[in-house]
Amino acid sequence: MRYVMLVCVAEDEERNADPTAWVEEMQRRGVRQSGDRLRPIRDSTTVRVRNGEVLVADGPFAETKEQIAGFDILDCTDLDEAIEVAARHPAAQFGTLELRPIWEGRFWET
Amino acid sequence: MNAPDAVARAFRAERLRVLATVIRLTGDWELAEECVQDAFEAALLRWPADGVPRRPGAWLTTTARNRALDRLRRANVEAAKLQELAEAPDAGDDEWTDDRLRLIFTCCHPALTLDARVALTLQTVGGLTTEEIARAFLTSTATMAQRVVRAKRKIREAGIPYRVPPADLLPERLTGVLGVLYLLFNEGYSGRRELAGEAIRLGRLLARLMPTETEVRGLLALMLLQHDRAAARTDRNGDLVPLDEQDRSRWDRTLIDEGRGLLTGTPTPYQLQAAIAACHAAAATAADTDWPRIACLYEQLAGLTGSPVVQLNRAVAVAMAEGPQAGLRLVDALAASGRLRGYHLLPATRADLLRRLDRRAEAATAYEQAIALAPTEVERRFLRHRHDEL
Repeated sequence: MRYVMLVCVAEDEERNADPTAWVEEMQRRGVRQSGDRLRPIRDSTTVRVRNGEVLVADGPFAETKEQIAGFDILDCTDLDEAIEVAARHPAAQFGTLELRPIWEGRFWET
Repeated sequence: MNAPDAVARAFRAERLRVLATVIRLTGDWELAEECVQDAFEAALLRWPADGVPRRPGAWLTTTARNRALDRLRRANVEAAKLQELAEAPDAGDDEWTDDRLRLIFTCCHPALTLDARVALTLQTVGGLTTEEIARAFLTSTATMAQRVVRAKRKIREAGIPYRVPPADLLPERLTGVLGVLYLLFNEGYSGRRELAGEAIRLGRLLARLMPTETEVRGLLALMLLQHDRAAARTDRNGDLVPLDEQDRSRWDRTLIDEGRGLLTGTPTPYQLQAAIAACHAAAATAADTDWPRIACLYEQLAGLTGSPVVQLNRAVAVAMAEGPQAGLRLVDALAASGRLRGYHLLPATRADLLRRLDRRAEAATAYEQAIALAPTEVERRFLRHRHDEL
């Protein structure tokens, strides 16, 4: 099973979540395939096309204090293993980690 | 025994084992349920003609598995998966035990909402129909059906494992399973009695499957030692009869004995609560109740759980053991902490203690607060009655 793990933390707490050791450990175990840190919402841009017109705006509306600060692609035996891996991420101590199963297969097949 | 009776009996005795095994073999809950249903229908047709098989459970499992193979073949499932399913070993007794436990733990996985865990456990493990579950929880069949379908889909799509958790996860996951059973039991306690019976049935099953788990025995003991009073708990008008006024000859002695036999004397949450219930069961009259022991058990329980509701119960026991003044001191401290704000039993307990201290005006005010907060009509009626007696 592959999961995207979204790391959600309040911006002012992000510096407490250095995941270097976690990343090394999970790479070694072979459960983390890739991932990255994301720049904050203030540097983000939204794009929509409505009635043929490209609508570009500055960032999405941030409704909560927590925002997605990074993501990891995990490959685990099952949800229990993914939960165990997520619980060891330093951001789990104060932020929220969301495990989303990757929807495997091609779009028209589902 | 004639064949239709044998099928009905196999349905009661074997459905869960067969279903649990076929879910493991196919990894697909809905397919497994349909195929098990088909297997029972096949038994109704074949057993009258061919005779009842020597091992009905094995016959049903094989039939359901072959049905699943047929369906998967028609759905063009890849050959490797079919091979795996076709060659999976015929389960021995131990394997079957494990399959039922796997099913229970998967239904109660913490990644499902509590509502979904309860519904799924009742349907899959308990064998209740969606209509029955919907009726018990006062919701529509459509809502309940959707809840169950969503839960099964999440199990499949989110990769919730079909297994008994390994040793390091077992204590916390087992607590979750027991929590679901106790929630079911309490739903039944507050009126829908068939749910309490179902919770006990599942508790007995779990105790058979995990005979060395202290808290499994503790929860079963607790449920039995409360359920024995079911007949005495309400009067002819459906009004609540408090413990000290119940006709103790109507308590079910068989359940009490079964419950007592499960006590281990371990200071764990369900064992302690069951020990408290056993103290009540042991008292021939309300006046014979060993309140100092109950107060002591509640104190241990409060230390373990930190729950303010347990503190409140402890205050009641202390009031019985040492007098209402001592109980009231604890209740007032609890009220001052604000931890039970909005909980009707806090003012109801205060009212009762003030009444016994003959502080009537204060008691009346506390009863009024309790009536305003009480969640059910039965409880409001009881409190109003007490209020008017002042």
